[in-house]
Amino acid sequence: MSESARSFGDAGASSSPLPTVADALALGLTREEYELVCAKQARAPNQVELAMYSLLWSEHCAYKHSKKLLRTLPTEGRHVVMGPGENAGAVDVGGGLVCAFKVESHNHPSAVEPFQGAATGVGGILRDIFAIGARPIAVLDSLRFGEVGSAGPADSGAEIGGLSAANTAQRSGASQIRSRYLLGGAVAGIGHYGNSIGVPTVGGEVYFEGPYEHNCLVNAMALGLAPRERLVRSAAAGPGNVLVLFGASTGRDGIGGASVLASAELGEGDDKRPTVQVGDPFEEKKLLECSLELLERRLLVALQDLGAAGLTSSAAEMASKGGVGIDIDVARVPLREPDLEPFEIMVSESQERMLCVVAPEDVEAVLALCEKWEVGGSPIGSITDSGRVRVFAGEALLGDMPVRALVDDCPLYDLAPAAPSAPVYAAPARVLAAGASLHEVLLALLASPNLASRRPLFEHFDSVVQSRTVRRPEQADAAVLKLPDGSALGVCIDGNGRRVAADPYRGTIAAVLECASNLACVGAEPLGTTNNLNFANPEKPHIAWQLSEAVRGLGEACRALEAPIVGGNVSLYNEGAAGPIYPTPVIGMVGRLPDAARAGRLGFAAEGDTIALIGPFVPSLPASELAKLRGQELPARLPDIDIDAVRCAQFAVRGALRAGALSSAHDIAEGGLAVALAECCLAGGLGAEVRLDGTRAGGGEDGDGGGGSREDLFTTLFGEGPGGFLISGTANGVRSLGRRTYVRVIGTVGGDSLRLACGAERVNSSLAEMSTAHGALGLLFS
Amino acid sequence: MRFGVLQFPGSCDEVDALHAARLVGDAELLWHGERDLKGVAAVIVPGGFSYGDYLRAGAIARFAPVMEAVSEFASEGGLVLGICNGFQVLCEAHLLPGALLPNANRRFTFRQMQLQVVQRDTCFTSACAPARGGLEGSPTLSIPAKHSWGRYYADEATLDELEANGQVVLRYAPEENFNGSLRDIAGVRNAAGNVFGLMPHPEHAVDPLTGSTDGLCIFASMCLAVEGARV
Repeated sequence: MSESARSFGDAGASSSPLPTVADALALGLTREEYELVCAKQARAPNQVELAMYSLLWSEHCAYKHSKKLLRTLPTEGRHVVMGPGENAGAVDVGGGLVCAFKVESHNHPSAVEPFQGAATGVGGILRDIFAIGARPIAVLDSLRFGEVGSAGPADSGAEIGGLSAANTAQRSGASQIRSRYLLGGAVAGIGHYGNSIGVPTVGGEVYFEGPYEHNCLVNAMALGLAPRERLVRSAAAGPGNVLVLFGASTGRDGIGGASVLASAELGEGDDKRPTVQVGDPFEEKKLLECSLELLERRLLVALQDLGAAGLTSSAAEMASKGGVGIDIDVARVPLREPDLEPFEIMVSESQERMLCVVAPEDVEAVLALCEKWEVGGSPIGSITDSGRVRVFAGEALLGDMPVRALVDDCPLYDLAPAAPSAPVYAAPARVLAAGASLHEVLLALLASPNLASRRPLFEHFDSVVQSRTVRRPEQADAAVLKLPDGSALGVCIDGNGRRVAADPYRGTIAAVLECASNLACVGAEPLGTTNNLNFANPEKPHIAWQLSEAVRGLGEACRALEAPIVGGNVSLYNEGAAGPIYPTPVIGMVGRLPDAARAGRLGFAAEGDTIALIGPFVPSLPASELAKLRGQELPARLPDIDIDAVRCAQFAVRGALRAGALSSAHDIAEGGLAVALAECCLAGGLGAEVRLDGTRAGGGEDGDGGGGSREDLFTTLFGEGPGGFLISGTANGVRSLGRRTYVRVIGTVGGDSLRLACGAERVNSSLAEMSTAHGALGLLFS
Repeated sequence: MRFGVLQFPGSCDEVDALHAARLVGDAELLWHGERDLKGVAAVIVPGGFSYGDYLRAGAIARFAPVMEAVSEFASEGGLVLGICNGFQVLCEAHLLPGALLPNANRRFTFRQMQLQVVQRDTCFTSACAPARGGLEGSPTLSIPAKHSWGRYYADEATLDELEANGQVVLRYAPEENFNGSLRDIAGVRNAAGNVFGLMPHPEHAVDPLTGSTDGLCIFASMCLAVEGARV
């Protein structure tokens, strides 16, 4: 031990012996990283320092396996006001306003305790938004769980279309019950937080797939609005300024959440519940109003929320960005329980707390405002010019670290990607008999948990508070929020993990295109993108390959769409004993439409309207929802995607909606053309008469969808792929798109059933029976 | 006329109510810690979670300083509208009869509701358009509801009395009553007729862009009641 360390220990009031390399390993650092810490400190770190390094050098905080890849993504564009690196990104939306937005994951906490995990996930992303001075105006969620079974009691094991199989019914019954528990808990947690704080939940998505059974995904996206000049950054500045902690008191919840929970695989039987935080939306509501009023009165130099790694990461990052030092006195931090150790205070992830930098003369006014909103406020330290983070307990110095070493010197790792030589994922269980008719397949797809109506979930959420919601869930492909000048924002979140698992590069491109297509269907043009990369252990070559390929696709698609990435998050190590999750890049996109009154809707609107299939849609069955129901393995790759052709179709649909030429617009996604038609019928309460002969969709070289084999018929009706839209409108309105993209008139709106003719085959399904099938998820919540 | 909209630290729909009121008059926010109603002509107790509502919805808000002033204002005949959490607060404060219990479906539920106006001759519904051949001749309003504690409850004798006095102002249309309210009651007034509470949110139905304008008549009726004498 060096001389300096001994004298430090004497001053440090810590009677505990110095931690060893074994302690460092237990906190998630590698031996080499521990040695690097010793080198940076020029001595062995003490307990407080090691705790802080282990968190800031965790995957969750340092992005050490993803940072090099993320640097390849496009982050600049004409609308970007604030890019990655701040609490949230922001784009200009006109009228002097900016929209701040970001998506973040809370996967591992939700797998351990779904209600609090999801609730605090929402709380965390909302704090990111108001930390840059924007008032949160909407939340969206992206959820993944294991199989919940088809409608009816878990473990039914029955197949649709006559075949029966009870091979693994008992095991799948237990796992379905667990997945339903996680779903119910997460949905209730999201609602509990968002509803109580007065921010509408306006959209989201959920998928159920086997690989998520042991590692569910809970991603939450939030948007906020701010006058452009009100945006605040998190860089601390001004030596002599005061560091004020405000909000809830600090407890023992979430100790080590970032390192132990978020940066390692979930093991079977681990008791990690104490690392999950507990949320209090009422506290956050007060914190939100207090923060915004502090900013409005221009009382703050800098503002930062406390998230993963608590005070440690907030203070170190504020100091790093401002190029200053910070002194913190843990004795001045208000505690929820009296016997917290100093290192626990520094790493606690207690929720609903913010850290700000205040000029000395404004401290009194800041504390008075905290009192008005009934949130605790305490000066806990000061800004220095030392370039170091120093932790005190009263007079005693407990930790002393260079800011650079903490924030910038964590080693970054190169991935060693290698395409897998054998399939990574087992084929799903077959639930559809080989001889199922087209009619049976249509109803089975509508009732499939991945495609069924989300209404039973959305009913848990207030989607209208704040009076901006022009399109609620299931009224359109994207949510629409009006702005004061009569324009509106379109926003959506998407990501199909199964297709990314089949082909990480093309699957990710498809996810980005899907988002932009959803925006096009309300008339919105993309302004910017956020993403959450949910992957398994990147130290494994085939996972590293998934991650690299997905990021390559993400960058390419965002560049082509001029929808740069303004912020996001990476969640790695999402795997359990049963294997890795599907690679799941979740894409959130914000766009703008000039006239809120012309926002598109997905439901058919008028009897007699012409229905047309738009765009370069080339459906295929591999990796589709139908392939899943049939128990088919994932293909080795997906068909090539012509991004420009899809973009042209989006342009055409968007333009026609903005011109007021269409009654409805809907992007063709999971379940293909037939399911999209059913969705348009159900949303509008109107039937349709559709002939697919001669359409391009699914046809062979002769373009005759009905002329090929029976399998061609399934491809035409249920095949999936990017670039397809279903629109309806007057004949003239529909014709107006023809100059810009492929347009095939396929039918007419009317009646109370969907009547599909495809070659010699006929499908006739009443609105009532389709509605019953589509309502399958309701049984999970009754 | 000027509306005052109460603001508790956990209010969520106060700004929405403010905007709705401003479509028919002036409006301003009134802070929960103050006792001064600043001379407003009508008070709105808005939706939200006043003080977090971890104990029981509205149970703490009724002790807020501003509620003392509201009680006095109501006793002098001033118009008071309670929406959702505001309805819960007014029941807790005994300004309205009955109580609101957890929903029969045991969870927070958001739904666009069809409401029957069963009393049009009130300070809060007189401007609601007559039925367009609707349910039993009474006007029907399409207004969203969103709550966990919306099951209206009172003992049978009280319910009979409310019906006899014409204090039941709004009912959920048939098949719409997800929260299990007794006798499908969605909104009631006090015996004097100057205090009214309802669970659905009329302030979220004042703009055709966001779904419906059916809620506007509630605010317009209040305006009419205050200013009508002058016209």
